[in-house]
This record gives sequence, structure tokens and C-alpha cells, in this order.
Amino acid sequence: MSYSWDFHAVWQYWDLFLWGLWITILYTFGSIVFGVVIGFVTCAARLSGFRILSGIARVYQEIFRCTPLLVQLLWFYYAFPLLVGGSIDNRLAAMLTLSLYVGAFYAEIFRGGIVSIDKGQREAAAAIGMSPWQSMKRIILPQAMKRVLPSFINQSVIQFKNTSLVSVISVADLAYMAAVVNGQTYRPLESYTLMAGLYIAMLLPLTQAADWIERRLRVSD
Amino acid sequence: MTQNSHAKAPIIEAQALRKSYGAHEVLKGLDLSLERGEVVALIGPSGSGKSTFIRCLNMMEIPTGGTIRFRDKAVGQAFRDKGDRIGIGTLRRHVGMVFQHFNLFPHKTVLQNVTEGPIVVCQRPRREAEERAMDLLAQVGLAEKHAAYPNHLSGGQKQRVAIARALAMEPEVLLLDEVTSALDPELVGEVLAVIRGLADKGMTMAIVTHEMAFAADVASRVLFLDQGVIAETGTAEQVILNPQNPRLQGFVARFKG
Repeated sequence: MSYSWDFHAVWQYWDLFLWGLWITILYTFGSIVFGVVIGFVTCAARLSGFRILSGIARVYQEIFRCTPLLVQLLWFYYAFPLLVGGSIDNRLAAMLTLSLYVGAFYAEIFRGGIVSIDKGQREAAAAIGMSPWQSMKRIILPQAMKRVLPSFINQSVIQFKNTSLVSVISVADLAYMAAVVNGQTYRPLESYTLMAGLYIAMLLPLTQAADWIERRLRVSD
Repeated sequence: MTQNSHAKAPIIEAQALRKSYGAHEVLKGLDLSLERGEVVALIGPSGSGKSTFIRCLNMMEIPTGGTIRFRDKAVGQAFRDKGDRIGIGTLRRHVGMVFQHFNLFPHKTVLQNVTEGPIVVCQRPRREAEERAMDLLAQVGLAEKHAAYPNHLSGGQKQRVAIARALAMEPEVLLLDEVTSALDPELVGEVLAVIRGLADKGMTMAIVTHEMAFAADVASRVLFLDQGVIAETGTAEQVILNPQNPRLQGFVARFKG
């Protein structure tokens, strides 16, 4: 095989790659922020002790954890509008789906962290007269969040990669832009390799940071 | 202090206290009345209900029958005071508890463990809470450890911090639930010495313990629990040194080894 690489042809479209990367980052961070909120609310519902509330939360979680993200995106963009009548903006559908998807996983991570804290901690907080809310805020959550930080970062790294699926509903993220550039240049090897390189460049520091944090947390335990 | 005027009024009482887990009844109608300055030891075989009983006194376990009264007011099941029933939160502000496994807050320093209650629950100014906490830590011999985290302490030190944490709330009653059972034998003494010091200062305490000699030494009254009832009660001399109940005789004999 003697393929002559020509990144120059592809690099002419650097602004598209940069714009795509920006969109990818935007959707990643946006969905992480919304996902954290959704995750906390869902987690609180799961632990609330009200059966109906925790049941609803559970159903939501299982639906989003047990269907592929691609299927969810297609459903929210193509099927959901028919259900409610009207249409949905593809960017809104993408952000909604990504947030609900990652929220379901975050909820499980948060819940796992909270229930992993020894019940003696809650008892000790209660014994000095703390209300359940004070105990959760000051004693349980700080310990639980520290414990789940590595899983949280891991899920967020996965989320960054998952945003590439929004390209199938024409959201102009990095993956979408790489396809566009490929269409212009007929250079799939360069287009898609550059895309992959950009994902690595973004995520490698993150995974390294996660490893570092995990090691540090282990030392202080 | 108005100690004398209250001398005969019970601070905390349990009346016909019952606790069941499903079909299994652990406590079968127990009565206890603690007066100011009294030290009551609860002894008995494991599974006799003594820990459950002491945990009902601050509503760590919610009794399934009977009443807890604090300063002659019934304790309700709500966190806050409601009508003429005082809330669980109020009860626990005045009735401290020390646990078998210490349960110190690992993400807080020794000093923060002790100041947490006064600052968060009693809304004391930080400075004042810290000064008082340092006094208490000095009292349990750990002032120099104030900046350490619990994981860097020995078991005996952890338990002494836990006692200081409970004392920081200025409790009127202290509940001690097998506080030396998780300690290496050589560390038991330092914790018992602290408790003995509290007893000498007139702290009202209910102590669940397997340390018979200590119970005999420090307690003004000893209760022998067996199968969910108070099977025998009296002074330490009567219950531990001169038991009448045959099951109590067997129990005490095992500890004399």
C-alpha cells in the first residue's frame, strides 16, 4: 500500500474542525451540567422513601440506561414530534437526549456513593441533633461525592465521545464536520484521522487527571 | 446550677417500652427512669436488647410501643417539637450518644468533629465553639491532636474524640453503647478513665457494657437485661457481686473467668 497522506487538503478546512470541536465541547458540558441536575433530582427521588416517586425515577433510569443513545436520539428527533404534534429543533433534541441519557447514569453513580457511606455516619450526625437534611448536606454528601469522583469523571469522558452521535441528526459537531470535510476533499483517511486525533487531544488530559485524582483519593483514605 | 431542686425528678424515662422488628419482639415492655447524676449500667447477653434499648432512649430506634419522656414531656416521632410533644431533634440536642464504632466524620479534623454540632445545630459562633472544643479535647487528653484527621488516630483516641464530640453539645444525659467493645484490650483503659471522670463530675449516663468490673465500679445502678426484659435491677453489689437470678449468675460467672 502506498497511500500518499495529504493533510494539507483537509487542513484547509481547519475552521470547520474547530467549529465542530467547539460544538462538541458545548454539547458535552451542557449535557453534563443538565445531567448533574437531573441526576441529583433522580437520585433524591430514588432515595426519598416514597414508592411512587422512586418508582418513576427507576423507570426513567432503566429506559435510558437500557436503550442505545443512538436509538434515543432518533426517537426524540423523529418519533417524539409525531407523538406530541409539531416538530423539534435538532439541537434541542440532541441536548435533551444527551442530558437525559447521562442524567440516568449520574443518578446511579450518586446513589451508589450515598448508600455506600456507612450508616454509622448518619447515626452520628443524628446523635448530635442534626436534621436529615443537615446530615445529608454536611456529612453524607461530601464523603459520597469524594468517593464517586472517579466514576463521575469516567462517565463524563464517555459522554464527550457519545456526543459524536448527534451528527446523525445533523447537529454540526466534530464528527459531522469531519464528514463534511470528507465530502469536500474525498480524503476520508485524513478527515477521520484528524477527527480522531482531536478527540484524543481533548480526552487524554482528562483521563490522566482522573487517574491522578483516583490515586490521590486512595492515599487520603 | 439548679441541681438540687431537680435532684429527684427524672431527666429521661422509658415507660413500657417495646420494639419489634417484624414478628420478632426485641424489647418487651421496659421501664427506666434516670435521675440527674445517676450512672446506670446495662448488662446482659448479646441479643438481650440492651443496645436496642439504649438506642430507643434518643430515638435512634423508634420504639413500636411505650413512651420516652424527657424532662417530663413525652417525645413525639417528628423531628421538631409539636404541641406538647418534644421533637426528636430537641431530644438529641440534650441526650448525647457515643457508639461502639466511634463514627467520627472522616472528612473533618478532630476539632471540626467536635465543633460540628455546636456550630451547625446550636448555631454557636465558630470562635466560641472552637475554644470550648479545645477545652474538651484537653479534658480527654487529645488537645495536641486537634488538627489531625480521624484516620490517623488509634481506636482509643477516636473514641475519646467521639466522647468530646458528644460533650460539646453539653448533654444532660450521655448514652454509651458498648464504647470499648471495638477497642484493642490495651486501649480500653484510657476510654474508661475518661468515662469515670465524667461520672465523678456528675454526668448522667446510661452505659451498655461488657466490662463488669467497670460497671460495678462506676454505676450507681445496674440493670440485667435478658430476652427483652429487665430481669434484675439493683446496686452493682446486688446485681454483679451477689446475683440472685440463675441466668444472671451464669452470665456474671462467665465474665469473672
